[in-house]
Amino acid sequence: MPRPDKAISRPPKMSKDTFKVLGRVIKFMFRDYKIHFFIVVVCIIVQAVATLVGMTYMKTLIDDYISPMLKAKEAAAEAGKAYIADYSSLAASLGKLAALYVVGLVCSYAYNRIMVNVGQGTLRNFRNELFDNMESLPIKYFDTHAHGDIMSVYTNDVDTLRQFIGQSIPQLINSIVSFVSTLTAMIVLNIPLTLLSIFMAFVMMVTTKNISMKSGKFFGAQQKDLGEVNGFIEEMLDGQKVVKVFCHEEKAKEDFSKLNDRLRDSAFNANKFANILMPINANIGNLSYVLSALVGAFMLIKGWGGVELGTIATFLSLNKSFTMPITQISQQMTFVIMASAGAGRVMDLLDQTPEKDEGYVEFVNAKFDSNGDLRECAERTGTWAWKHPHKEDGNVTYTQMKGEIVFDGVDFGYNDDKIVLHDVKLFAKPGQKIAFVGSTGAGKTTITNLINRFYDIQDGKIRYDGINITKIKKPALRKTLGIVLQDTHLFTGTVMDNIRYGNLDATDEECIAAAKLANASGFIEKLEHGYDTVLKGDGGNLSQGQRQLLAIARAAVGDPPVLILDEATSSIDTRTEKLVQAGMDALMNGRTTFVIAHRLSTVKNSDCIMVLEQGRIIERGTHDELLEKKGKYFQLYTGSFAEN
Amino acid sequence: MKKILAQIKQYKKDTFLTPFYAMLEVVMEVMLPFITAKIIDEGINKSDLKTVGIYGGAMLGAAVVSLIAGMMSGIHGARASTGFACNLREEIYRKIQTFSFANIDKFSTAGLVTRMTTDVTNIQNAFQMCIRIAVRAPFMLISSLVMCFIVSPKMSSLFLIALLFLAVALGSVVAFAMKTFSAAFQKYDELNASVQENVSAIRVVKAYVREDYEKKKFRKASGNLYNMFVKAESIVALNNPFMMLVSYSAIIAISWFGAHMVVGGSLTTGELTSLFSYIFSAFISLMILSFVFVMISMSTASIKRISEVLDEEPDLADKAETIKEMKDGSIDFEHVDFAYFKGENKEVLHDIDLHIRSGETIGIIGPTGSGKTSLVNLISRLYDVTSGAVKVGGVDVRDYDMEFLRDNVSVVLQKNVLFSGTIIENLRWGNENATEEECIEACKSACADEFIERMPDMYNSHIERGGANVSGGQKQRLCIARALMKSPKVLILDDSTSAVDTATDAKIKQAFAERIPGTTKIIIAQRISSVEKADRILVIEEGRITGIGTHEELLKTSETYADIYNSQAGGGGDFDRPENAQGKAVSTGKEGE
Repeated sequence: MPRPDKAISRPPKMSKDTFKVLGRVIKFMFRDYKIHFFIVVVCIIVQAVATLVGMTYMKTLIDDYISPMLKAKEAAAEAGKAYIADYSSLAASLGKLAALYVVGLVCSYAYNRIMVNVGQGTLRNFRNELFDNMESLPIKYFDTHAHGDIMSVYTNDVDTLRQFIGQSIPQLINSIVSFVSTLTAMIVLNIPLTLLSIFMAFVMMVTTKNISMKSGKFFGAQQKDLGEVNGFIEEMLDGQKVVKVFCHEEKAKEDFSKLNDRLRDSAFNANKFANILMPINANIGNLSYVLSALVGAFMLIKGWGGVELGTIATFLSLNKSFTMPITQISQQMTFVIMASAGAGRVMDLLDQTPEKDEGYVEFVNAKFDSNGDLRECAERTGTWAWKHPHKEDGNVTYTQMKGEIVFDGVDFGYNDDKIVLHDVKLFAKPGQKIAFVGSTGAGKTTITNLINRFYDIQDGKIRYDGINITKIKKPALRKTLGIVLQDTHLFTGTVMDNIRYGNLDATDEECIAAAKLANASGFIEKLEHGYDTVLKGDGGNLSQGQRQLLAIARAAVGDPPVLILDEATSSIDTRTEKLVQAGMDALMNGRTTFVIAHRLSTVKNSDCIMVLEQGRIIERGTHDELLEKKGKYFQLYTGSFAEN
Repeated sequence: MKKILAQIKQYKKDTFLTPFYAMLEVVMEVMLPFITAKIIDEGINKSDLKTVGIYGGAMLGAAVVSLIAGMMSGIHGARASTGFACNLREEIYRKIQTFSFANIDKFSTAGLVTRMTTDVTNIQNAFQMCIRIAVRAPFMLISSLVMCFIVSPKMSSLFLIALLFLAVALGSVVAFAMKTFSAAFQKYDELNASVQENVSAIRVVKAYVREDYEKKKFRKASGNLYNMFVKAESIVALNNPFMMLVSYSAIIAISWFGAHMVVGGSLTTGELTSLFSYIFSAFISLMILSFVFVMISMSTASIKRISEVLDEEPDLADKAETIKEMKDGSIDFEHVDFAYFKGENKEVLHDIDLHIRSGETIGIIGPTGSGKTSLVNLISRLYDVTSGAVKVGGVDVRDYDMEFLRDNVSVVLQKNVLFSGTIIENLRWGNENATEEECIEACKSACADEFIERMPDMYNSHIERGGANVSGGQKQRLCIARALMKSPKVLILDDSTSAVDTATDAKIKQAFAERIPGTTKIIIAQRISSVEKADRILVIEEGRITGIGTHEELLKTSETYADIYNSQAGGGGDFDRPENAQGKAVSTGKEGE
């Protein structure tokens, strides 16, 4: 099946969307961590103020303590007296500073520590929400999206947010706080020098914006090239055995080199611009520093504006901490751009519309009371009923669950413009076995996918015990259908866990009984740990046949009234199939069963065989009837094709 | 690790220039506070505007040099790291190409793709960080230290103590963090596995209405991940406070002692300011260093995963002198034992002794997992025997040049794929220089011509990735045609007509007999009808040949064979016709997934 490789390469770039999508991330974080985040902001402010006070303390130190003392010393020297410095006031002042520092320190630890919880917690919540939403998506979504792509959202894309939330956000707040507080301190100290610094800061911001845009463009190109390399590798590695058998290694390498070189070039450009941003900004900062020193010195010497030495010294260090936030923000820009790309894909998955379920008919355990009326009951009775609440009069009626399925003029297409099933009519009486045969792509699997509403039909009606299946709640509907799919999927866990998947309430004994019914118990008991053997990686340590036997056991343990078996025995050799067949016959007994068959043995004893071609049922009847017809089935069966 | 670094290759120059420029940049940066001190002490203090101008000019010059050095370092760093990553991908890819089937089986496609993308990107970033920042930071540290000593040796001892404390503190943070991080990354794999299972098995989940159950499972995995990461990161969260503690203490200490020294006359005001700057830049470099360590430790996982691939020894290698001539298509198995994993007792083939004449048609029948595929894979040396020998044309397959052997022993694999491209392009995999006529010939032999000719672009029709737009039977026939392009001496069909209807199957076999009579043909099948007409049929069970002979003989001698025959009696037993009447590609693109 085609896997559209889109979505891999949405190029990240700076735009309004960048901020929109990141705004959503922040909103999401706020939802669960409002108070945390508030504390973090307060802590950052306190800590920034403490740092700033430390920075400006040099002015106090020089102007209020050192300079007066130096003057006193000079005066003393002139007077010829010995100078005894008094450091007690300095000690007191330093004591106050130390106290402020302790507060700053506590705040610094507090916000760093809280941010860990906020950051990781937000990522966890994102993942959980992604998963919740993913589980509710219609099958169609999984058909049209490459599985690798979906997985990459949970890891690569959510990961880009880790840096953003854990580092960029606190860094940005910190930068803004120190920017504002430094600016305030600078204005208080000296206005002309401040204006100069602001001008230089402006130059920095413009440069940052221009360079980030350039680098953003190349990052986009890089992601696209990376996607292409990814696609190429995937295709080649999937067919690696074929590549080997045909000694095609050299050719494959050449094509790879081309793509690989292109990726290198775009990655180089993206990194180049990201890399030069920092030195450029740092040196604009240095320039600003030098200019301030020159102008400040000039002012001091000319005696303009009553500047003091301490003021200049302090201003210079403030100037550094003024341009620092801009440098820091520009450093974070790369992460922000990457995060917005990741966040875009995360949001994309979160925004997918879940599978709709407008059904209201429930499926309940039931029993007949003394009057012979059907009543709902809590315990399992082996009798089930459809609980049908009527909106108009508020009445609830119960219909006994029998397993009768009717298709009435069903049309279906995966897309509205391409109908693949035409006017399908069928009638399955309770307990009947209906088989579908036909070529690949004739629509056999599709029909069964309509019964459990993996897909919704375009036209016509499907009725289950007389109830339109769109009225039945999807979980209720699916619980009544035991399905063995074409592709067997097992889950990480023990063999027992995997069988129990069909009915979470099943006891060990019930699971073992189901395994026996499906003839799976033979191989299971031969496994090293029997039913406690742990399966990993989709049951990779089992053969295809064994996995199918497990899948059948899994369906059996649910004891469903209706069974759908989709080529469930295709990978089992004919002898093993006999075993499975016996188990399945036992399983099918008394249940309505739909079988999509590959082999004669599976369909011969069906109550009705449907021959499908190009989405239409072209023949129907029992095995004998169809043979007598000498139509398509006869041809398929005897293998005697008319020459093309 | 060594193998990874060897991939720097032509980017060695860039790799050296990056830290060189970075150091130059640092030197210039370190000069700045020094010059500032001069401006304050000799210019401003003495109200000497000219001196201010001179030192201001020097500072400007230093800033320009620093800018250029910084940019050069950035550009070389980008070139070195992206080039290195490019080489690394190339090398991994090259390495994979040398893998034998046994090697390929060990790694999953997804695993290899992640290694070549995410892991390489991780290493690229770590590498760039190493040559730019990891060099810059310690150098900055040392330079600051040296400058400190020049300004005031006395104060520097104070500074050293603080630095030592910080180094120990940050060092232990990194050490603890590394350990917890690697544990956290393991939880990551568990989470991944959970997502992967759900994505690929979504139909099962939905069919059994197990959404809530899966959500609960996932919550547990993501909760575990959260706990591990919080544990790891809360250690890292100590970094900042430690750094602040030290720098705050340093400020207070320097203020106190500095005031004494300035008043005492052993230090100038300007020097005091520059001391502050040095101390800050030294602390910041330490901080950056600790961050770099954490980053590098996070990328060690990637390094390990890539090393796994690079260190994997291809277990099939050509001998020094290889034979490039094949007498005929005869095949001899001489007491062959075979196990997929050496040293494991799980032998899949036991003591196979079999002799096939050139041009003979051999059918192979047996239950799933009995060793049919393993047997034929030994012929084209996709795996090596554990003991015994396989000979083609009388020569041990291990003595042939591998490419030559595989060109002459053509295999149609069970799990076969087509590649995106036109039909012709796909066919030319078998023989790059084949003419269109030769391609058409091969298609005729494989009975693929009839449906290709009904396609709108015929032989130039585009095949989608993985052959998604042709039916199973069409795909199989194209794969057979592709294998025929080699004009091989031995042709092996591994269950390659399972999706082809019985009649076409018979036609293909007929064409084989007429068109390539001299080629030895080995046909594995599930259907008796596919092998019925073979010269000899092998019955394989549990890795042993339990029956050999013609169809009629086996019906009498082999119980298993008779069993299988009877269960399939009364027709082909397979209704899965590969195509519809028009022969047009039928693909809903959804069915069967």
